[in-house]
Amino acid sequence: MPAPIRLRELIRTIRTARTQAEEREMIQKECAAIRSSFREEDNTYRCRNVAKLLYMHMLGYPAHFGQLECLKLIASQKFTDKRIGYLGAMLLLDERQDVHLLMTNCIKNDLNHSTQYVQGLALCTLGCMGSSEMCRDLAGEVEKLLKTSNSYLRKKAALCAVHVIRKVPELMEMFLPATKNLLSEKNHGVLHTSVVLLTEMCERSPDMLAHFRKLVPQLVRILKNLIMSGYSPEHDVSGISDPFLQVRILRLLRILGKGDDDSSEAMNDILAQVATNTETSKNVGNAILYETVLTIMDIKSESGLRVLAINILGRFLLNNDKNIRYVALTSLLKTVQTDHNAVQRHRSTIVDCLKDLDVSIKRRAMELSFALVNGNNIRGMMKELLYFLDSCDPEFKADCASGVFLAAEKYAPSKRWHIDTIMRVLTTAGSYVRDDSVPNLIQLITNSVEMHAYTVQRLYKALLDDISQQPLVQVASWCIGEYGDLLVSGQCEEEEPIQVTEDEVLDVLEGLLVSNLSTPVTRGYALTAIMKLSTRFTSVNRIKKVVSIYGSSIDVELQQRAVEYNALFKKYDHMRPALLERMPIMEKTASNGPTEIVQTNGEAEPSVVEAKHPPPVTQPTNQANDLLDLLGGNDVVPVIQTTVPTKPASAGGELLDLLGDLSLSGIPPMTAYNKNGLKIDFTFERANPNPNIAVITIHASNSTEADMTDFVFQAAVPKTFQLQLLSPSSNVVPTLNQGTVTQVIRVLNPQKQQLRMRIKLTYTHKGSAVQDLAEVNNFPPQSWQ
Amino acid sequence: MSVAFVIRFILIQNRAGKTRLAKWYMQFDDDEKQKLIEEVHAVVTVRDAKHTNFVEFRNFKIIYRRYAGLYFCICVDVTDNNLAYLEGIHNFVEVLNEYFHNVCELDLVFNFYKVYTVVDEMFLAGEIRETSQTKVLKQLLMLQSLE
Repeated sequence: MPAPIRLRELIRTIRTARTQAEEREMIQKECAAIRSSFREEDNTYRCRNVAKLLYMHMLGYPAHFGQLECLKLIASQKFTDKRIGYLGAMLLLDERQDVHLLMTNCIKNDLNHSTQYVQGLALCTLGCMGSSEMCRDLAGEVEKLLKTSNSYLRKKAALCAVHVIRKVPELMEMFLPATKNLLSEKNHGVLHTSVVLLTEMCERSPDMLAHFRKLVPQLVRILKNLIMSGYSPEHDVSGISDPFLQVRILRLLRILGKGDDDSSEAMNDILAQVATNTETSKNVGNAILYETVLTIMDIKSESGLRVLAINILGRFLLNNDKNIRYVALTSLLKTVQTDHNAVQRHRSTIVDCLKDLDVSIKRRAMELSFALVNGNNIRGMMKELLYFLDSCDPEFKADCASGVFLAAEKYAPSKRWHIDTIMRVLTTAGSYVRDDSVPNLIQLITNSVEMHAYTVQRLYKALLDDISQQPLVQVASWCIGEYGDLLVSGQCEEEEPIQVTEDEVLDVLEGLLVSNLSTPVTRGYALTAIMKLSTRFTSVNRIKKVVSIYGSSIDVELQQRAVEYNALFKKYDHMRPALLERMPIMEKTASNGPTEIVQTNGEAEPSVVEAKHPPPVTQPTNQANDLLDLLGGNDVVPVIQTTVPTKPASAGGELLDLLGDLSLSGIPPMTAYNKNGLKIDFTFERANPNPNIAVITIHASNSTEADMTDFVFQAAVPKTFQLQLLSPSSNVVPTLNQGTVTQVIRVLNPQKQQLRMRIKLTYTHKGSAVQDLAEVNNFPPQSWQ
Repeated sequence: MSVAFVIRFILIQNRAGKTRLAKWYMQFDDDEKQKLIEEVHAVVTVRDAKHTNFVEFRNFKIIYRRYAGLYFCICVDVTDNNLAYLEGIHNFVEVLNEYFHNVCELDLVFNFYKVYTVVDEMFLAGEIRETSQTKVLKQLLMLQSLE
């Protein structure tokens, strides 16, 4: 058998292949040759063959038959053999093959080898892919090596220990004695890996954390030396000595100082020093500053230090490098809840970032801008945000529109401004507005009594321009239906009243009915609006004609409405005026506004839209009561009835959740999850009279082009909380943000601890099942305090 | 508790999507690995100079930098310090450059097992291990002399 070809030859040959098929052929031929060579148990060429096999594996071809050969290589005495063997083990083997356990003995021997390089190889392999069994067997050896004087090995041993701890946390105690002297090392490499080891131990075990707190002074001293000692050529990066070590120490300090006053106190000076002395011209310096800022934010630092940190972030925002701007925006978003005033100072810079080219920067700037809106800056901010809404990508429009509505709701300086803002949003981003905002707006308009004439006039004018944006059309037709008389009589005070005749109005509404652009929902709105005008206009005959035409419409919904309205004209004409009366002002919480006799469809627009949501409204109530029985507490029962605004009463409530929650509690809503087109928002509410219960409503929306069916939302909380999940409104999240699935979560938090939640989402999307886990940690403090 | 501050994998890919190095610090099936490689390639190659060097990817984050025709990607946790890992990538590339004397893609192809050695000298168990370029180069030369 001729000697197998060399690695270089093989690579060269494969690279000459011009097609995939040619390459495959070459590979197969070579694999066959290698296989027969393995069968011959040839020691001399094994190394070469395995190397070739690994190369082919890297190209994506299967190489399992080489696994045992790797083991044989590891057992060999030659260094080159061992090296390829371990590499092969790391590439081809993993925990799930039983074969890997055979390595354990080899590794054990190699860990005690006389040559440090062999020991290093063994440590490296163990640290990268050691399974729990292997780790358990070999932990003792690793611990021994941790105490050796050879710094090359100590570094590797430290990180290997990290891996062992990750795999088998119980073994952590074994490494404790070896850590005693780790920090007094002079060797940077060992110091670095030791800090990593300490970090890992502190992360995993609160006891260790408490134990290592006493190291804080030492760490502070090391950091100080690093900054002051100036030039150290070996670890220098752009003039800063060992930035990686600095970053790691800062991280460890963060973990140690969190929640502990004394440690935080001890760190204050050094953090201030690092923050002010670090060079910011290069990325390196900024990396250190960033880590410092994160640390300052997490520990119990004094307020001066926090302001310093936020100012650093503000400076980052002005940096030319977009990476740094991105990083700054992300951190500011996290801190805006707690240090609101300090972040406000950088508002103009943040608003400028809305015009950045990078999509993720824009998104963060938008979220941050919404978080910064308050009563004082609402007018200015809104101008910027509306401008952003005009020019941003479609993926942002829905979120931006909702954000604008929320902000306007909270801080509108006047009703007219509010309505103008809404109009602006509807006309510029009308088709991206969420479905549940339509009833919200209608309620808002109803409640601003003095603005009715102005509103209906503006809406009418907008309709004349453009009837393609459905939410706008729906709101407009509803208003015209309600306030058509004001429109025709030209009573507007705020603006120049326009001259409109009844026929023109009816033309517009009829146009909506026949237009291809109108969805069935919109047509429903239009028809009902026309009907309402029968008590407000004088040209009743025309209305009667229109209504009777639609009595034979193909659309079942329209047909039903038309038939009933027809009946109103004929048999129940005496009831008509009372039924079609002006809407009263709607309550923001629960029970529905309209007091008319409930017909099959009802006159209330909110309930009309609600009828489209599949599951019946009454069911959740019963289930909620069943769950309450499980809870048992007396004071919980009345809570469900009064403050959870929906299921018992009816329709409109659920959709008005957004509005209702806001006015009740003032806790800002948050986005808990936003990935792959699925977005889940949490809105909050305090359940009176028990302030320990937080009621969270999740709103799941789907911005992709396919429905998400079988949608199941599950949540788990830490042990000190109790969680109750009520039934969802539906398990289909309709596509393109056409609707949301809502579900109520009630969290009992007697110890007032920080709320955290792990959520699990499963749904079917485009035929495939999707499952995702996420942690939700960004709950606003008011929700659990 | 969450496992934070950990590198999940390191990838070097060229623009066409060919993998020049794949070092995994987390357990994945072979087909999962293939899928990940393809996804990373898809996500990273569409970005250009006006994008940041950080991409959100599944539950993680990818920090990448393009050097000539190669993309160096490190996949880390969302809470990690982006800027520090960017420096880590640059450190690694500088070592490769020194070791192979003005490294080019072909060097990485023909000496792939040596590249793995470099990775193993600088990273271990999902963490940055040795950051001093001089030290790493010294070790690499010693290892080379043993061959």
